Amino acid sequence: MTLLSGSDTIQELTIEELRAKVGTGMEIADAEEHMLLSMGPQHPSTHGVLRLLVELDGETVVNLAPDIGFLHTGVEKTMESKTFTKGLVLTDRMDYLSPMSNNLGYILAVEKLLGVEVPPRAQAIRVILTELARISSHLVWLGTHALDLAAMTVFLYCFREREYILDLFEMVSGQRMMVSYFRPGGLWRDLPEDFIPAVRHFLDFFPSRLADYEALLTNNPIFLNRTKGVGVISAEDAVSWGLTGPSLRASGVKWDIRKAQPYCGYEQYEFDVPTQTEGDVYSRYLCRIQEFHESLHILEQALDKLPDGPIRIDDRKIVPPPRSELGHSMEAVIHHFKLWTEGFKAPNGFVYQSVESPRGEFGVYLRGDGGPNPARVHFRAPSYVNLASLPKMAKNLFVADLVAIIGSIDIVLGEIDR
Amino acid sequence: MGVEQKLGSMGIVTYRLEDLVNWGRTNAMWPLLFGLACCAIEMMSAQASHYDASRFGMELNRPSPRQSDLMIVAGRVSRKMAPVVRRLYDQMAAPKWVIAMGDCASSGGVFNNYAIVQGVDEIVPVDVYVAGCPPRPEALINGIMTLHEKVRGEKIKDWA
Repeated sequence: MTLLSGSDTIQELTIEELRAKVGTGMEIADAEEHMLLSMGPQHPSTHGVLRLLVELDGETVVNLAPDIGFLHTGVEKTMESKTFTKGLVLTDRMDYLSPMSNNLGYILAVEKLLGVEVPPRAQAIRVILTELARISSHLVWLGTHALDLAAMTVFLYCFREREYILDLFEMVSGQRMMVSYFRPGGLWRDLPEDFIPAVRHFLDFFPSRLADYEALLTNNPIFLNRTKGVGVISAEDAVSWGLTGPSLRASGVKWDIRKAQPYCGYEQYEFDVPTQTEGDVYSRYLCRIQEFHESLHILEQALDKLPDGPIRIDDRKIVPPPRSELGHSMEAVIHHFKLWTEGFKAPNGFVYQSVESPRGEFGVYLRGDGGPNPARVHFRAPSYVNLASLPKMAKNLFVADLVAIIGSIDIVLGEIDR
Repeated sequence: MGVEQKLGSMGIVTYRLEDLVNWGRTNAMWPLLFGLACCAIEMMSAQASHYDASRFGMELNRPSPRQSDLMIVAGRVSRKMAPVVRRLYDQMAAPKWVIAMGDCASSGGVFNNYAIVQGVDEIVPVDVYVAGCPPRPEALINGIMTLHEKVRGEKIKDWA
């Protein structure tokens, strides 16, 4: 943490000058007595390049304003100059802890715009992979959250299990993180043979590992002291601030896109939506721990009833022809050429599609103008909305609690700034 | 009971100063704990249990630029972030090295647009580029070992 800069003490500036300098509309309660602290953008526990402006009375947070945009990448604008298929790779790099969910949201929006529905096998595989992504994302959250609260072992444990999931992703897509495996109209390829046994093996060993994490944290008095009653937000406030995902459910609101607006056949799976009532850091922790179990439960069902059949729709205008056809069918070559040079054309109109990403409601607004590129793409990033409630949660708490709260709302700056 | 009893007096060891200092620098090269985007997650993986970069003495991250020797630019650098990166680099004490991890830091990667600095070498001098989007943890470890090789070959006249 560094002061604003060497000579700019808060006393030397008027409130107006200070506001202009910090560049946010933050209220400053007492410019005479209080200290203004700039936390980040290079700070170990802001989970990326977030900058927080904190007005401190001693150690107590009086006011707080997040300053974002340090990772602004121009994803939405860039996607307007790419075809629908090429734009997919950019969605990976927004929420880089769970690229599968981003891919899924975007691809579902494209398919909705085109008015196509993928075969059941592709849907089931999408469910399997997004649930694995949810587990891997929660593992990073748990590891870094515990690390912020000085529990090193959990971090090492979590990353050990995460490597296994990344190996699974690499098996299907050839990439550990930036998978781009879901394509408009289906999947890139079918699952390799050894994928299903590998996931079954994961389901066998993971519950015992989960018990290990819980043994380290759930009843740990240090962890309880740091998290219980910290960063409380009521159900009413959580709804009006637009919180989604585990952060909302920890306040007692049972809202999950997978249940409320099912996609990819989520209505066929039995699972519970874990909720807590307290709305503090600890209940957000409990919520996510229970989500691990629910994801495992969904995975088991999806593996048991994974249907056979095609993994892509049979529309050559959207999906490239199989390689075997290219050798002897002129038509296939033409389709292949047209798809990879021009892409497919989407109709005029707009759609909104949301999916439940590990962080909450990930929504995609997509507008087509009849051409091969989207006319406008906009993302409703859950981290962006969740971050907005941080000042409310952290008010009148200590700086050390602020670190715990940032960890508990599980933000990814790539998604916030886009 | 040590090796000195077997070998006799070892009071004096002759060695080239250059090699000795370079050896010391390579074996205690502390990276700056500084992540930007996706690559930072792979950087964490490289330091976590599976890949365990501490095998090579390169895991001790320091969040303070004053105490670190190596800046791993892990991720895309936006125009808003660029002055911060430069300032962090300036705050590091010499000798210092920079690794551009990943395609975005090396050349802008897939983001050829208004927001992203097209290669971090526009703002800080880069010693090693690591390719990949994101690079695998093995690639990062290889990048750091490549840097170690470079440091081992440094000359006194270049220390300045």
